[in-house]
Amino acid sequence: MHAFQFDAPRLPPEALAARHRVRAFLAAERDAKAFSPHRSSWSVFDEGFSRRAGAAGFIGVTWPKEFGGQAQSSLVRFVITQEMLGAGAPCFAHWIADRQSGPQILRHGSERAKRLLLPRICRGECYFGIGMSEPDSGSDLAAVRTRAVKQDAGWIINGSKIWTSNAHRVHYLIALVRTGDAGADRHGGLTQFIIDMSQPGVSVRPIHNLAGGHEFNEVVFQDYLVADDMMVGAEGQGWSMVTGELAFERSGPDRFLSDYRLMVELINRVGPTPNQQQAVEIGRLVGHLAALQRMSASIAVLLDQGKSPNTEAALVKDVGTAFERELPEMARKLVPVEASLNDPEDVFAETLGHVSLHAPSFTLRGGTREILRGIIARGLGLR
Amino acid sequence: MSANAMPAHTEAELSAIVLEQADRLFRGEVTKERMAEADRGTWPSGIWMAVQQAGLPLALTAEQHGGVGLPPADALHLIRRAGYHTLPVPLAESMIAAALWAEASGEAVAGTLSLAPVGATEVISIERGSGSYTLRGTAHRVPWATQVDNLLICARDAEGSAWLALLPRAGLPEAKRRTNLANEPRETITLDGVIVREAAVRAAPASCAGGFLLFGAAIRAQQMVGAMERCLDYALAYAMEREQFGRPIGRFQAVQHMLADAAGQYAAAAASAEVAGEAYGTDDFAFATAVAKARVGEATGKVAEVCHQVHGAMGFTQEHPLHFATRRLWSWRDEFGHETFWQERIGRMVCSAGGEALWPMLVGK
Repeated sequence: MHAFQFDAPRLPPEALAARHRVRAFLAAERDAKAFSPHRSSWSVFDEGFSRRAGAAGFIGVTWPKEFGGQAQSSLVRFVITQEMLGAGAPCFAHWIADRQSGPQILRHGSERAKRLLLPRICRGECYFGIGMSEPDSGSDLAAVRTRAVKQDAGWIINGSKIWTSNAHRVHYLIALVRTGDAGADRHGGLTQFIIDMSQPGVSVRPIHNLAGGHEFNEVVFQDYLVADDMMVGAEGQGWSMVTGELAFERSGPDRFLSDYRLMVELINRVGPTPNQQQAVEIGRLVGHLAALQRMSASIAVLLDQGKSPNTEAALVKDVGTAFERELPEMARKLVPVEASLNDPEDVFAETLGHVSLHAPSFTLRGGTREILRGIIARGLGLR
Repeated sequence: MSANAMPAHTEAELSAIVLEQADRLFRGEVTKERMAEADRGTWPSGIWMAVQQAGLPLALTAEQHGGVGLPPADALHLIRRAGYHTLPVPLAESMIAAALWAEASGEAVAGTLSLAPVGATEVISIERGSGSYTLRGTAHRVPWATQVDNLLICARDAEGSAWLALLPRAGLPEAKRRTNLANEPRETITLDGVIVREAAVRAAPASCAGGFLLFGAAIRAQQMVGAMERCLDYALAYAMEREQFGRPIGRFQAVQHMLADAAGQYAAAAASAEVAGEAYGTDDFAFATAVAKARVGEATGKVAEVCHQVHGAMGFTQEHPLHFATRRLWSWRDEFGHETFWQERIGRMVCSAGGEALWPMLVGK
């Protein structure tokens, strides 16, 4: 079998220093009541928080200084995201730009795009969304039909994207669109563009999720004009760029810490003298978390060394999101509680309510469990 | 394979060489015929001779005490490889017992060794006489008790202090044959006023304050990770070789997803065992070992189930070697505390510390 390597994640001193800086920052935020951890997670959008995180130097830390970054190792960023997640910090405004849009622009974007966007992302002022899925193209991403056609002034885009998180409140999307024929492997003819949401030709329709929140949108392009230098990478290179970033997306701690605050609240609610069932199940969940933490940290080190542990990354997301799904199911069995969307007297009931209603999305977003298992099977040599 | 023979190598290189040579040795020595023989209760002396000649039982024993002195994390990898090859001799027990005895006495001890007692609650008492000590008590399910040269006993005196006693097996009363599901010996030892000379008793190292439970859990966790890897190797090979409906069964999505699920369980188990190996000899060892035994133990059920399902009826026979690995998994997961035992221990530790204290336990202070 392909032997999975989860070597000791030796963090450099600057990563350990960053851990203490973030903790101090987050403690001050909590003390100032800037967010309530029990109701918060990385998928809460809070511009004020993102601006303060940017000002404190926690966004775009791996990017070169000339673009507003700090030229730090990716392990420094790993530690920052870990700590943000552990604290339940409301990171969603800057999350996508910091995690994937910014790195893509840095690596494949035009000089103008880099100068225009990266410093603002670092300051926590400029937010991004992901324009991949379409009404007829979900797990089968190669079926993208939104099309860009070359004109003198740039490219004209027509079509629509769906499940676009935060499209109504971000400044830009990076959209994957068709610019040519798919070819025999179906992966050709796709190109990425930076979409400025303030320009004419792009409209947003809200899609409310089952928890009542507005995060998703449908985005419609009608003769939207995008300049040549807002293309990310070369024409037709979209597929390899999108799939090349997946190990970063899938192995991160956001794939098993989405509902970490429920774990904290569960332990607090159970208290220092658990009964046997509570002790066993909490111990079991902690064991799962500890293993995931190690897997994720080891992969961060491999990524920092320039390796692409794609199978391991898919494993983290598959095992990690399964853990995220199980946590609320177990929590409700261990504590006699009726989950609520707004219980002024019971923090635990509220946390459980919030997590329970978001749990179905954990094993969908960023690649469904079924897609991941196919990737793992390929890594195992079965495909 | 002594460390002295290879002065030009760094510690990491030495470890890599030892592991590679051990892997090759296990592969060559552990044949299907020898496994079947050991399964019938015959002591596989040929395998042990080879393991001993290679110096492996002293891999974890410090160099200054005459051992190989591998870093503990690497020595525990060696135990993992032994698990992969379902090595039918007590190498893991011997390695740990030899290292603990050397730590307590400054002496290396050769030959096969085992540890007693193994349970969380069993106690062997020790009493000092003039020029000797007396041991009393019963230890159940002692690994390889009837087949080792010496037993390392962790005993308690009237004040509750822990002592180690090195007891030759030869002088003890015959025990009734009892085996685990893999036919590995697990017998009851009754010490009914056994006299031990002074030189064979030492104050136990601080790490043995809780008995041998943690050490036993640590070695079983590594062995299980190795045996799970073997099961998956068998299953992946079989899935691509066995054809039904005109194609290898591994091409069917249902089979792929089952194996992907098992691989995830295995990966999480391997990661937690890795942490425990690195924590050997540090303050984190107790927590990391509890997590490893719990997480690995939980994974074994799923991995064994899936690998048997993939093998169909063939895996349910003695003709296919899968059972050598799965019967060990089903035994080892219950030895030195099953997963529920360790989960409860972790749960109590975490709950008494409170919710906010969990984070630094997971990522560091």
